[in-house]
Amino acid sequence: MKVKMAISYPTVGASGRTGDWRVFRPVINQKLCIHCYNCYVFCPEGTISPELGVDYEYCKGCGICANECPSKAIRMVKEE
Amino acid sequence: MMAECVEEEETSVYVTGCEAAARAVIIAKPSVVAAYPITPQTEIVEKLSLFIGEGRHDCQFIAVESEHSALSACIGAASCGARTFTATSSHGLLYMAEMLYWAAIARLPIVMANANRALASGWNIWADHIDSLSQRDAGWIQFYTSTVQEVYDTILIAFRVAENEGVMLPVMVNLDGFLLTHINQPLRLVDETLYQEEFLDEINVPHALNLDSPHTLGTLISPSDNYRVQHDRKLGMERAKDVIKEAERDFLRLFGREYHPVMEYRSDDAEVLLLGMGTLAKEAEDAVDMMRFRGIKAGLLRLRQIRPFPDDEIIDAISRSPAEKLVIIDRDYSPGSGGILSQEVKTRLYDAGIVKEIVNVIAGVGGQDVSAEDMMEMVELERGEHWWGI
Ligand code: SF4
Ligand code: SF4
Repeated sequence: MKVKMAISYPTVGASGRTGDWRVFRPVINQKLCIHCYNCYVFCPEGTISPELGVDYEYCKGCGICANECPSKAIRMVKEE
Repeated sequence: MMAECVEEEETSVYVTGCEAAARAVIIAKPSVVAAYPITPQTEIVEKLSLFIGEGRHDCQFIAVESEHSALSACIGAASCGARTFTATSSHGLLYMAEMLYWAAIARLPIVMANANRALASGWNIWADHIDSLSQRDAGWIQFYTSTVQEVYDTILIAFRVAENEGVMLPVMVNLDGFLLTHINQPLRLVDETLYQEEFLDEINVPHALNLDSPHTLGTLISPSDNYRVQHDRKLGMERAKDVIKEAERDFLRLFGREYHPVMEYRSDDAEVLLLGMGTLAKEAEDAVDMMRFRGIKAGLLRLRQIRPFPDDEIIDAISRSPAEKLVIIDRDYSPGSGGILSQEVKTRLYDAGIVKEIVNVIAGVGGQDVSAEDMMEMVELERGEHWWGI
């Protein structure tokens, strides 16, 4: 038996193409990356994959990943 | 020949209501206990902290900075599927109020002990039921106990009721401040292995957070769904009625002590019925015996739970007894309305089409001393509300 309550399951793009909001894009420098997975865990959009690639369709450019990266491997680059 | 000294496991101890509560919790093996001290509950969490510190049970004991945080920590842990326990009293319970509703609507099977105590202004740390009764609409199952043994047994029963898959609601076990928290009484212990193997299953919260199926609990919920959630909580509460009785039956079978939603005492042929909750209603058994000795056919109904309200049991007990007069003792008061227990009972009588002479006595609030002799006088009162001592 399942109780009824407020539960939401994540779905891709439930809030639209949040990539459109982006002013700065995160770029991961694989040479500096130490695979700590901080960015993966902290990204509020779930747009960093287990392979540490960024899904720019939905990455809204908040910069949290860059802020949490201990090895400064993520740079926020201004969109053209 | 030398007698051999065999160390027997203790089966019976002499402890306070607080220690009995803590001992019961340890047997149920929660994974998280979060609590903040408040008189007269403090000994419950002190003892839990001690038992956990001694390694009697491996558990996270979180000493938080407030009652609001204590319940919030339990909510977080229960949302991950953990068995949790906390304890509070009076102002602490009211400080939790927001999270009481949250826990119930989020259907988290948290168990809490509440030491019933009055509310300020005018600091008063003595027994009064207004703290828990003021929270009766939060969606918690609420038990009221009358002896140290009953505190222990009811906490053992509470985990099973809370965690039943059709119920999934938090349970509050109330014990009168000082009259139970600080009084030593003999306590018969249960066989822990029997309890763990035959009485209480592993906890399973079906909606718990889960890495295999990631989800968020307690998100925004629109008017088109909110009423469904509230209605489902009502269904859980209704199912709890049978689940409680089933748990009480199993408890009797395994451990030999008998509990019912309404504890009847010499009520079958009574001409006047006393009705109450907690220690006052236990004391009333003496009043009934003394009245019987003097030729007055008195009886007693002691409610062990106010949520879910035992409608059928109370109507059944009242209709089976020939009593025309009901003396309802409220250790609480709703200003501008009346005694809360009395209102609850009157509603059920009206629905069942039963008319009785109802005497509502407000007695024992703020720890007011009420004796069995006092209760013998109460049965002489006339219909309506009376404040004992005024
Ligand atoms: S910028 Fe923000 S949204 Fe984009 S990957 Fe980093 S944390 Fe995620
Ligand atoms: S936080 Fe930085 S170092 Fe850690 S995995 Fe992400 S990019 Fe690599």
